[in-house]
Parts: sequence; C-alpha cells; structure tokens
Amino acid sequence: MSEAEAKALVDLGRSVVERTIAGGADVAEVGVHSGSHLSVKARVGEAELVEEAGSRALGLRVMVGRRVASTYTSDLSDTGQRTLIEDALELARLSEPDEFAGPPDPSELSSESQWAELDTFDEGVSRISAEEALALALRGERAAFDFDPRITNSEGASFTRARGVSVLVTSGGFAGSDQGTYASVVINPIADDEDGKKRSGYHWSSSRHYADLEDSQAVGAEAARRTIAQLGAKKLPTQELPVVFDKDAARSILGLFAGCILGGAIWRRSSYLVDRVGTRVASELVDIVDDPLLPRAPGSRAFDGEGLLSRHNVIVEGGVLQTYLMDTYSARKLGLNSTCSASRSPAGGISTTTTNLILKANTQSRDQLIAETKHGLYVTGMMGFGFNAVTGDFSRGASGFLIQDGELSHPVSEVTISLNLDQLLQRIDAVADDLDHRTAIASPTFRVSSMTLAGA
Amino acid sequence: MTGRYHAPFAEHGSHTVDADIANRLLRIALEKGGDYADLFFEYSVSGSYVYDEQILKSARRAVSMGLGVRVMKGDATGYAYCENFSFDAMKQAAVTAAQIAAGGQPVAPLAVSMRDAPSRYPVEVESLDVDGELKKAILERADRAARASDSRVVRVDASFGESIREVLIANSRGHMAHDRQPLIRFGLHVIAEDAGNRQSGSSGGGGRMGLEYFDGQTPEWHAEQAVRQALVMLDAREAPAGEMDVVLAPGDSGILLHEAVGHGLEADFNRKKTSNYSGRVGEEVASTLCTVVDDASLEGSRGSINIDDEGQLPTRSVLIEGGVLKGYMQDRHSADFFETSSDGHGRRQSFRSHPMPRMTNTMLLGGQDAPEDIIRSVSRGVYAKKFGGGQVDISNGDFVFSLTEGYLIEDGKVTAPLKGVNLIGNGPDAMRNVVMLGHDFEVSDGSWTCGKEGQSVPVGVGCPTIKIASMTVGGTQVAGG
Repeated sequence: MSEAEAKALVDLGRSVVERTIAGGADVAEVGVHSGSHLSVKARVGEAELVEEAGSRALGLRVMVGRRVASTYTSDLSDTGQRTLIEDALELARLSEPDEFAGPPDPSELSSESQWAELDTFDEGVSRISAEEALALALRGERAAFDFDPRITNSEGASFTRARGVSVLVTSGGFAGSDQGTYASVVINPIADDEDGKKRSGYHWSSSRHYADLEDSQAVGAEAARRTIAQLGAKKLPTQELPVVFDKDAARSILGLFAGCILGGAIWRRSSYLVDRVGTRVASELVDIVDDPLLPRAPGSRAFDGEGLLSRHNVIVEGGVLQTYLMDTYSARKLGLNSTCSASRSPAGGISTTTTNLILKANTQSRDQLIAETKHGLYVTGMMGFGFNAVTGDFSRGASGFLIQDGELSHPVSEVTISLNLDQLLQRIDAVADDLDHRTAIASPTFRVSSMTLAGA
Repeated sequence: MTGRYHAPFAEHGSHTVDADIANRLLRIALEKGGDYADLFFEYSVSGSYVYDEQILKSARRAVSMGLGVRVMKGDATGYAYCENFSFDAMKQAAVTAAQIAAGGQPVAPLAVSMRDAPSRYPVEVESLDVDGELKKAILERADRAARASDSRVVRVDASFGESIREVLIANSRGHMAHDRQPLIRFGLHVIAEDAGNRQSGSSGGGGRMGLEYFDGQTPEWHAEQAVRQALVMLDAREAPAGEMDVVLAPGDSGILLHEAVGHGLEADFNRKKTSNYSGRVGEEVASTLCTVVDDASLEGSRGSINIDDEGQLPTRSVLIEGGVLKGYMQDRHSADFFETSSDGHGRRQSFRSHPMPRMTNTMLLGGQDAPEDIIRSVSRGVYAKKFGGGQVDISNGDFVFSLTEGYLIEDGKVTAPLKGVNLIGNGPDAMRNVVMLGHDFEVSDGSWTCGKEGQSVPVGVGCPTIKIASMTVGGTQVAGG
C-alpha cells in the first residue's frame, strides 16, 4: 500500500463523514477497508485452487442525538455511497436514544506522533506469485507423505497471503490508517488407522512477515508426525485425573476466558466473572496480559477502533483479576474508563476485543511438566462448543495421549473433559515455558490438577 | 417492479447482465483452455435490529455485491472476483481466473439460456420493504412478555435479522438461472437470576419468509420458551459422566444428524476418499430404521433453495434408505467425477467463495414408536431437548455436541434438568445404535448455520424422537463405585 493509496482512502472516508454530517447526523464515523489476497491449495500432488482478488468496503456509524445506526457497503459507486448515508440516517431515526452511546471525548483521541511502529507490514509477502505459492504448498504436502508410509491421503496443503489497510475517520477529529500483511501455510494429511477409521491431522505456520514463516516442509513433516501419533487412539474409562493442555489446547481455554472479561459481557451480566475484579480467578501461577504493542504479532495495532492510543493491559496478576477490557461504551456502562480495547467491525458496529492476549510463560519445560505427571491426560485437540459463559460450565470433546509414569503413552480420542472454567483456572498447578506469539491468543502448556473425563 | 433493493445486474438494473454479456465473459474465462467456467453474480442486502435494555439500541444495514468467476481444468479451480459490474472489472476477474488453465487452447462455451426454477419461498412483502416500526414493535412485544412472565428474569435482549440475496448464474454448459432468496431470523435471549445462581435461556426461529412468520410463532411464544428454559436451568444439577442411553427430542436434534452423518455424505469428501463413507454406496451404514434425506424443496424453510449456487435445480435427495447408503450430495465437480448429474448441492457463502457440496434441509424421517414409549424404555439415560452446536471430524465420524437443555431419565421418566451436558460419539456407530424412532417427525425452527472451510450457509434440520443405545455423556459426575 503506497502512501498515495492510503491517503486516497482517508480522503474517501473524510468525504463520507462530511456528507453524513451535512445530511443531519451529529456524529459520523467511517471505516474504509481495502485488501487483496492470494490463496492456493494443492492436494495429492496437484494444484486444486488458485484464488486471487481484491476488495474494498465502507462502514458508516452515525448518531442523531443519542440514536445509533450503522451501514456497510461494498458498492463504492456514487449511488452506493448515497444509499449508505441515507440508510444510516433513516435507521438512526428508528432507533431509540441510548444515554451511554457516543464517541470518546476528542481530547482522548490519539494522533500519528504517538503511534508505535509495530512492523506489521511486509512488502515481501505480496511478491509471492501463484506459481511460487503452489510450489511451496506442494513441497509441504510431499514432506508429509514422505514422513511415513502410513500417510495415505491428504485434505490438502494451502498457502495464503493477504495485505490490507483500514482507515478510520471520525467527525470527532480522528483520522488514521493501519496496514498489515499476513502469510500462512496449513498442511492436513490423513492416515489409515487399524479399524478402517481414518485419522486426519494438521499443522500450520503463520506470520506478518514472509521471512518469519516456517518452512513448508517442516510444517508438513510436523503435520504428519501429529497425524501418525493419533493412530490407534482409544477411549479411556470415566475418571477424575490431572489434565495437561498443550499450547494449542491451552490457547483455546484462554480464548473462553477472553470472552468472559470483555466489558460487553460484564455489563450484560452474561459472564461468570461479573463482580470479580480484585478477587482470585486463577491459581497464583497465572499472569495474563493483553498487549497490542508487540512487534509483528497478529493482534498488534497502534490505536483502537475508536482512535484511542493502544496500551498494554494487565488482566490477571498472580491469579487475581485486575481489570476487564472495555471500549468507551462498556466503560461508561460500568462507571470506569476505557482500556483502549474497542474493536470496530467492517460493518460499523463497535465492541470490545482482546488484541494479543497472553498467558505468561513459566520456567519449566513442557517435557519436565509431563515427566512430573504420574497419571494424566495430555490434550492436543478439543472439539465442540460446550461452554456456558454465564455459569462457566465447561465440557468439550478431547483427544491427545494418556500420561503414564511421566511419559506419553497411547493416543486417546472420543472422550470429554469437564470442569467449571473458574475451578479449572484455579486448579492450574504447573505452567511451562513454551509460549510463542503465532496467534492473537497465546498460552504455554499448562496442567490442571484434576478434571472429570467421560469415556467408556 | 416493487421493492427497494434490486440487483444492478437484473433486468432493468443499472448493469443488466443478459445472455450476450454472459457469453462474452465465459468466452474470456475459457480463453486459456479449461473444461468449465461459471459466473456467479450476487447482490445481497441484510438488516439487523437489536432490542436491548428496553430500547431499540442499534439498527444496521449492509449491501454487498459482486461477481465471482470460476474456471476449472481437471480437478484444479481458478477463482477471482470483482465488486462492481463494469465490463472492465468483470473481464479482469475472468482473465485472472482463466490463468489456472494457462497454456491451453481457447474453448468455446455453449450459448446460455435461462432455466425455469421452482418457487419455494413466495413472499408477498419482503421484510426489508416493511416499515422498521413494525419490526421494532415485534421486538418490544417479545421483551415485554419475557420481563412480565417472571420476576427472576433480569436481562432480556431480542434481535431481528432480515436479508435478500439475489443471484444470477451462467455457465459454459449453456445454463443460466436466477433466484431471489429472502431470509428472516428472530432471536431472544434472557438471563434469570435466583439466589446468586444465574442461567440463560433462548428461543428463536425464522426462515425464507416475511413477517407473517410471527403469525404462527408469536414473539410472546418465543418469550415463554426462553424464560422457561432459563428457569428450568436454575434448578439444573451436574450431569452424569459415562456411557448411557440417550433419547433425542424431535426437531432440533436433527443437528446431530447433520453433523454426524450429513457432512460425511458430501460428495467432495468421498471424491477425495477422505470420508468414512467413501466407497460404501449400497452398504448398510445405519440401523434399518433409518432413512435420511436432504430436501431443498420444503416451502419457506431456512435451508431451502430454488437453484443452487451453480445454477442446478435441487430436489429431494435420498441419502440413506432403510439403513442402506444410497448416494452422496453432489455438486457439479463431484458429479463429473462420479459420472452422475449434480443434484443441486453446490452452495457458497458469497461471490467471494467457490462452491462445494453443502446440505440444505437434512432430515431423519419418522418411525413407528410413540415418543412416550421411547422414554419409558430407558432405565437411566439422558433426554436431549435443545442443542447448542456441534462439530465433527469428517475423516472418522467422531462428533461432539453440547446441550443447552437436557434432562436425566430415571426409570422411564424424564426427571431433573442437567447442566453442561456434552454428547460425544461416532456418527456411523450412533446410526447403527438407533433402536427406536418416534412417529413425531418435526422440522426444526432453529436458525442453523453450517460452517465448512470457512464458508457459512443457512441450513435446516429435522427428525423424530430418537433413541440411541449407549452414547458417551460428558458430564462432571462420575458414577459412585
């Protein structure tokens, strides 16, 4: 994205803001999104898909008095823009005054001189051609087949690269643009298991910069290793036992927690963490932060969806909940201040979001952690949506390995693990050191002292 | 022409696409060779209204439009799209998609002509054309009814969604087809609190229809359902853990079938031999009680379509009959591979995505048993009434479902409500373990959305009361020694 292109998008945003105010709005906020991507997929040694396209869209949020409405269009023609503005004004007159609605005070808005350089854009990503991308995917899939003769089929190997720019212009005086790139490779081999069942596994790598992307052959080999390791998986008898979550499974637990600390869930009282700031919500081994300022990380950004300056937020320290994450609206509802955690959807709505939510690493290695677990379940994958945010009740399908005498034993599948999330986090009795920042929600491996496993 | 929102590419639109323009674009798409090409023009408008804290807090509308061009060479697909209908932009998308067949000789497409399509969702007045005040009034009624029904109700939010999706499809085999697909969705969510205990309940529905939906399922009826569920759950106890009999309530439980069996019968997984049902047509894959169909023709149902997103004409496909696997759900690509004709299951989320075999309304047909006899036959088990969602591993059929409302069955009677229940099992195993089927078949009114490879499409499900002998229930209470 050249400077000129970004400026053109800011100008477009500014023009829509001006026309909306002229049409009778008291507040107008415009997001302009522009991006392009290439996705390729190879399967069993052949090209399966090459997809390439660019897109642009406008999202408008207006207030007439304290009445809120928002509109979106991918039709950037004059007619399209006119409909966008007229519909927003019409809908705003239909909605009812909300005394808490409104943008942040203009004095709180950030400006360019304050924005951190987060290194989220790499020109090199866009230079990967469709041919190179296919070759990369094919090499990765080949590596998976070569890893073990029991890899007999494949759901494919994919490579995607994308670049995008988002612009926010508001009638309160904010104008800013944020650009980023992204590349990823995913490899999904299939193995035949003994009883006629098939086992599908996968591994992936993704990064902001092309140079940080893992080699596709290494990704393919790791995908194959994971797939083969699941062969011969069996159920376990129903029991209570310690559960070790590998970092992918741990991340998914942290994701459930993330949904329960957002301001919107708190004022709606639809989180089990209502009224819990200052109290113990996890074991003292647990520190959780939300950090939008990590260079090259997937969730990084210099300013939030309302134009406030991004900041590092400490959520849990020594197991004690320090704060919720809030945008301006939820902060007003709770009588607190925004944590600069607003997210603006392309369609114009504003909500609270995590950026890079991180459960901090401890010093012990993953292998040590397993070695000191006499009997337990090592979870590498979870299935289903068994979580109730209001009560914290958690029960999901799990697969992984039995831990016996400190070593990984046979693979396990078709079992569920259950425990209320509040208790689950309080029962964390070991945290490993294997944290990485591949994902916007990231955790090292951790162990929960006891959960219910339902199986045979 | 009535109504406010119309596709620019339709007749009388600003960029009308006729057979001539379609033929020119298809010729460009096949300029480098290629076995097949299609054009997918789409214009969609959606609106949503959220009623929260007793006010209409937000109102939204979105317009999305574009053309997706697909070119196929063997098993390889080239795909590109553009977001306006100027000829230059459309031509550029066709040129980009054509690259997949680079090096080949130009192929001439067959001249297109318009297909007649059925009319499965005739709507007199589309919701988007109705005054917003009427939708606000519906949400107000739901909110008021929920709040008035019980003092333990502490929060209510209600939402209404509406959309129109107009599509025009043309392909190099000479077919052109058009459809206009309305869809509405209502949802109500309540939280009840009692002595520090907090539970939620919800109810919702909709389909391919207008506001006449609420003549049948009134906002007050939904309020009653949502409040009842939240109050019941206030008394819920921890669920048992382990293997036991499970009885599925009619209607919503069809989602289990959708996940556990439906996905494995989508033809792409079988073409690639990655499904546990691959190569098993003609084999017994379920209890002989089971007949499973996917039926796109149910009037007004959320999953129904007049044409699929490849311009094919879907009807009612019998997938399993008396336990025997009859066939897969085909899109055009898989149908070519299996040397059969597409049965209209090619669907896509939008012009930004390529089509693949997808379900429409997937249903397990009713049996002979009285529902009360089915419950009576269980000495200890779980009665699954409302489902939250589920997930399946296509390669081996393993699935997990979570219940939002479930009960214990003790000595042939439905007793205590249970919280945090998950059902885990294997699709083919569960289908073989179907031992009783009720005569109370129902189509679910739920707003089900199916996700596959990142693409979401609306679907319908249906089934009677079903008894499955021995399934793993994932609760927290391990049976005492």
